[in-house]
Amino acid sequence: MRKSTYKFVAGLFAIALLAAGCSSSSDEAATEETATEESAAPAAADPELEIFTWWAAGGEALGLAGLEAEFATNNPDTKYINAAISGGAGVNAKAVLQSRLDANDPPDSFQAHAGMELDGYVKGGQLEDLTFLYKEQGWDTIFPADLIKTLTVDGKIYSVPVNIHRANVLWWNPATAEKAGLTAAPTTLDEFFAALDKFKKIGIPGLALAGKGDWAIAHLLDWMLVATLGPDAFEGLFNGTTSWTGPEVEGALKNFQKALSYGNKGAGNLDWPDAGKLVTSGKAGFFIMGDWASAQWQADGLKLGTDYTWAPAPGTVGIYQWLSDSFTLPVGAKHRNAGIAWLTVSGSKAGQDAFNPKKGSIPARTDADTSLYDDYLKAAMEQWKTDRLVGSTVHGVTGNNALMAAYNAAVGKYFSGGAKDNKGLAADLAAAYEAGKA
Amino acid sequence: MALQTSKRVSTWIGGFLFVVPSIAAVAIFVYGMIAWTVRISMTDRISASIKEPKFVGLQNYTNLISDTRFTHAFENLIKFTFLFIVGTTIAGFIMALLLEKGIKGEGFFRSFYLYPLAISFIAMGTVWNWLLNSNVDADAGGLNLLLQKVGLGFLQNSWYLSENGAAYALALPAIWQMAGYVLALFLAGFRGIPDDLREAARVDGASESKIYRYVLFPQLTPTLFTVLIILGHVSMKVFDLIIGINGKSYVTQVVAVYMWESTFDQRNYAKGTAIAVVLLLLIALIIIPYLRWVIKQENENR
Repeated sequence: MRKSTYKFVAGLFAIALLAAGCSSSSDEAATEETATEESAAPAAADPELEIFTWWAAGGEALGLAGLEAEFATNNPDTKYINAAISGGAGVNAKAVLQSRLDANDPPDSFQAHAGMELDGYVKGGQLEDLTFLYKEQGWDTIFPADLIKTLTVDGKIYSVPVNIHRANVLWWNPATAEKAGLTAAPTTLDEFFAALDKFKKIGIPGLALAGKGDWAIAHLLDWMLVATLGPDAFEGLFNGTTSWTGPEVEGALKNFQKALSYGNKGAGNLDWPDAGKLVTSGKAGFFIMGDWASAQWQADGLKLGTDYTWAPAPGTVGIYQWLSDSFTLPVGAKHRNAGIAWLTVSGSKAGQDAFNPKKGSIPARTDADTSLYDDYLKAAMEQWKTDRLVGSTVHGVTGNNALMAAYNAAVGKYFSGGAKDNKGLAADLAAAYEAGKA
Repeated sequence: MALQTSKRVSTWIGGFLFVVPSIAAVAIFVYGMIAWTVRISMTDRISASIKEPKFVGLQNYTNLISDTRFTHAFENLIKFTFLFIVGTTIAGFIMALLLEKGIKGEGFFRSFYLYPLAISFIAMGTVWNWLLNSNVDADAGGLNLLLQKVGLGFLQNSWYLSENGAAYALALPAIWQMAGYVLALFLAGFRGIPDDLREAARVDGASESKIYRYVLFPQLTPTLFTVLIILGHVSMKVFDLIIGINGKSYVTQVVAVYMWESTFDQRNYAKGTAIAVVLLLLIALIIIPYLRWVIKQENENR
């Protein structure tokens, strides 16, 4: 008996020791942490900077690397940590980011689309007000006022835009167009449908569609709504002055339905680069996609002007449907000073000119060095200054995350149902708008 | 006597101490998390900006009933589960029946059919995305092309892109993957039946088909039960296969995919957790009767 009791007590003692060991070691770690923080703070230069994006490959990653190089020259003592998570339009990254923000473990800066998508983070109290940085850097006058408006909530500016993409661009292959007898780019919807018929006559689908994941079809609807309703009524859809179930949207959906009927077979299997390839290889007529398509094709070795060319999407000439990537300063960032240094670089002329030519977008600043950009981007920079600006829904400007998810699903449902139920689509879109208000 | 009791107690305590970490881990990371999920599902935390959620009872659950996207995902799941379970069970059973006779190279066939199980759902999804190409006739690829080549061109269809057939089409790769596993289970079931029973039946003059029908098949009932349970809960949880084949597209959404979208894309935590709890209950509906049955069997055998 004595022996077993002894064993038992010894066992308990061992456990107590273990527990004590654990707790003391964690205490030590904690004190160490606070110590380094204190010593780092007055020196101003943080040892590290963690940047969170979904730019993990292709031109996007190259653009980010350009920005990183620019940061390194200005801040040689800070180690750059790239926390990029791949996945188009941030599908995977946003989930990871959300859980980190919820756990109060934010990166030092993260990527967010300008507009309503940003709004969600602001309302959640997860972003710092950056108005001071705008004042300090004089950005109030250098970024377009319309753009700053979408970054502002209750008079405070919450992020720094690095680029502008255009969503409403029509792409085609000049050789295919010649074969079909097209002489000029269609500027109105009527001309557009007439051109689609011409492609049909030479035996190819007029419009390349990508149905996988639903968003590229929703992207097409987004353009069609602007083209049919005009910019004012389109914006009205998102502030409640235009009805989703009224005659205007009904007309737009009819046009949308008609455009889809010219689509390629098996579109549902395709991602947008696959659909783009149909156009550049002469197997389909037109492609309506954001201008990141151009960057992708150039990375594939195609030449702007000979292998593919562009025009503003029909019915939206003089309208610039835009989206913008921006960087933020999360509340509770561990290396706040480094984060601010990063934002300063992101908003600077040198930073934007390092980033954008590689990413295939135009700088958000109005004073960029145009000689660094290709012909498409040069033209886009001109039009950005003169065109009527409207935001993109699918890319987070006019709608928040909840609206976007429901909007894409509504279009996916319609498209997979054979593009027949216009009334159902209108009702689902109206519901998506309501979902965004919650 | 006293010594013996204390010895028993001390071994009991020693053993208990060894399992304490795992009990604690399971209690926190499984049951604790379940409780937390249930708690969130009963609040109004419908967006990330709500910092102090209020208790709303079962409202999120009742909302799901009228949510057409949820009912669509649910319908897809039911269709998928039905074809997956029936197809996998039948395919696995037939293969087991063929191998049961002890043909040459049985070991080869067994592992041959089990290999699909070693492939990750994501890799498999990507390949089946190509195989289930929806183009027909001249543009056909994948299965549609194969069907044409063997003169079954009339069977070509748009697979997972058709509104009504999508969930059934997705069951094909799942059947392909799991059939080998079911084969192994049934084969083990056949092997577990003593040869004496067959001998006895033969002596009694039973024909070969009658031996199967009246002697062997009834003995496989527990195996069949196990197979159905395993397939049932695998099916309820299906997620990566769907994502691998068709992303988060509406047409092929099942409950788990919609849960992901609600939670992480829409950031509607209340809805996402409510869906998760519904899914958990569905799985419990299958698993709990099975566990009770297993425990009962074990007690009887003791």
